[in-house]
Amino acid sequence: MFGGYIITVAVTIGIYIILAMSLNIITGYAGQISLGHAAFWGIGAYCSALLSTRLGLPFWIGLPMTIAITALTGSLLAIPCLRVREDFLAITTIGINFVVQAVFLYVPFFGGAMGIGGIRSPFSTSSFFWITLIFVLVCIVLDRWLVTSWIGLALESIREDETAAAISGIDVVRFKVAAFAIGSGLTGLAGHLYAHFMTFISADDFGFPQSIVILSMIVFGGIGTLRGAILGAIILGVAPEIFRPVLDYRTLIYGGLLIFMMRFQPGGILGDQSVLPKLFRMVRQRSPALVRSG
Amino acid sequence: MLSVEKVDVFYGEFQAVREISFQVQGGELVTIIGANGAGKSTILKGLMGLESCERGKITFQEQDITHMPTYQRARLGITLVPEGRRLFQDFTVEQNLVAGGYTRTDASAVERDLQRTYDLFPILKERGHQVAKTLSGGEQQMLAIGRALMASPRLILMDEISLGLMPKYVNEVFNTIESLHREGVTILLVEQNARKALAVADRGYVLETGRILIENEARGLASDPRVKKAYLGG
Repeated sequence: MFGGYIITVAVTIGIYIILAMSLNIITGYAGQISLGHAAFWGIGAYCSALLSTRLGLPFWIGLPMTIAITALTGSLLAIPCLRVREDFLAITTIGINFVVQAVFLYVPFFGGAMGIGGIRSPFSTSSFFWITLIFVLVCIVLDRWLVTSWIGLALESIREDETAAAISGIDVVRFKVAAFAIGSGLTGLAGHLYAHFMTFISADDFGFPQSIVILSMIVFGGIGTLRGAILGAIILGVAPEIFRPVLDYRTLIYGGLLIFMMRFQPGGILGDQSVLPKLFRMVRQRSPALVRSG
Repeated sequence: MLSVEKVDVFYGEFQAVREISFQVQGGELVTIIGANGAGKSTILKGLMGLESCERGKITFQEQDITHMPTYQRARLGITLVPEGRRLFQDFTVEQNLVAGGYTRTDASAVERDLQRTYDLFPILKERGHQVAKTLSGGEQQMLAIGRALMASPRLILMDEISLGLMPKYVNEVFNTIESLHREGVTILLVEQNARKALAVADRGYVLETGRILIENEARGLASDPRVKKAYLGG
């Protein structure tokens, strides 16, 4: 249907959308800043790769196991994060990213600098596209359900004011762990797709710069909104393909973009209080009046 | 209903409250008055579990809650209208109220209480879909009280709720406190505005540098020469 190159870009963007959505749950809804999200993604990908190459588990059996193990690891790693807030939390999560990456790189069990290759994908490239698309849709449905549920209300209350949330009877510790568990469960899914699509992974794929890329996506699109996470992942996922000549400066551009957005449009391009959605609401509110007057 | 026995509360490293003891009976409106820095807010934070009680014992409805985490105290029916309000700033008015009733499972009772809160503060109904941070100071204070009421609490702790409000709103807030009291809600009120607080309360305690100096009926305190001199301006 499409060329191989287009499909590869599309699958990559699909994986980025899932990653952006998962970080959006932790940072956007629950307000827990994570600068080490690629670590959880790496844990998912390595877990998936090991289950596939060492135990020879098929795709559909490895999938739930990878999600479960990544969610569990994510909630364990969240424990040191519970005691710290804001800037200290950001630094702690950066630390987690470097430690996890170093473990992949230096522990022979994880393949060292060679990474893990020979992961067998049961699908053709084009069916991989459809599978990724279906998973993205499933994640969107899950996200909508989460936001409108009592879990979503608890997470957003914690983001707004932890003390007030506790006074309202919300178990802050439990829901912070839940946010990390749900978020890293989704990165497990992203890691599983990534490992099976690439068939080869190495520690370099999951470094701190990748965490910044994922964070940039939700900040750019509109942190705390689903539409922002999706659009941010699509735009920043496509951008490097279009601007191949400046790829070397990718991290620089993302860093600059982060600062620019924080300064001029902290809600992202699609955030509730940002210019574009406000314009959209204005147009929608005005149109009946226009119809009447005309 | 609430009994505090020889409790020390620390504010960070600093021991703000020493060996204080007092009681609040069901249905009572009790006030603690005292100067800035006397430790009034720290007592409420200690009762809510936001600051730790190192010694002594706090009992609520025959249950020892001295070391219970905040959210569990909330589930027992204690709530706090915190100093500075601490609203969920980016939530709408209605979302704030719904979050206040977080622990409740009876949806129709929550709906009823939402209507009751709107009857009490009609301005909140008008502003229902407005984001909390866009409200005026007085409206925000009403929302903070409304959010606390949504938990259907047995005991409401109120921390300096007249602080920084225009006189018009101060009166309105104290009228609300009086009508809640008439409905039978138990209230522990901490106030710098001693005159207003003693006018609505049943009983009061005078706190000075972390210790309780005087305990009496509110009317008695209001006519006590020591209280008059120190807190009522002569």
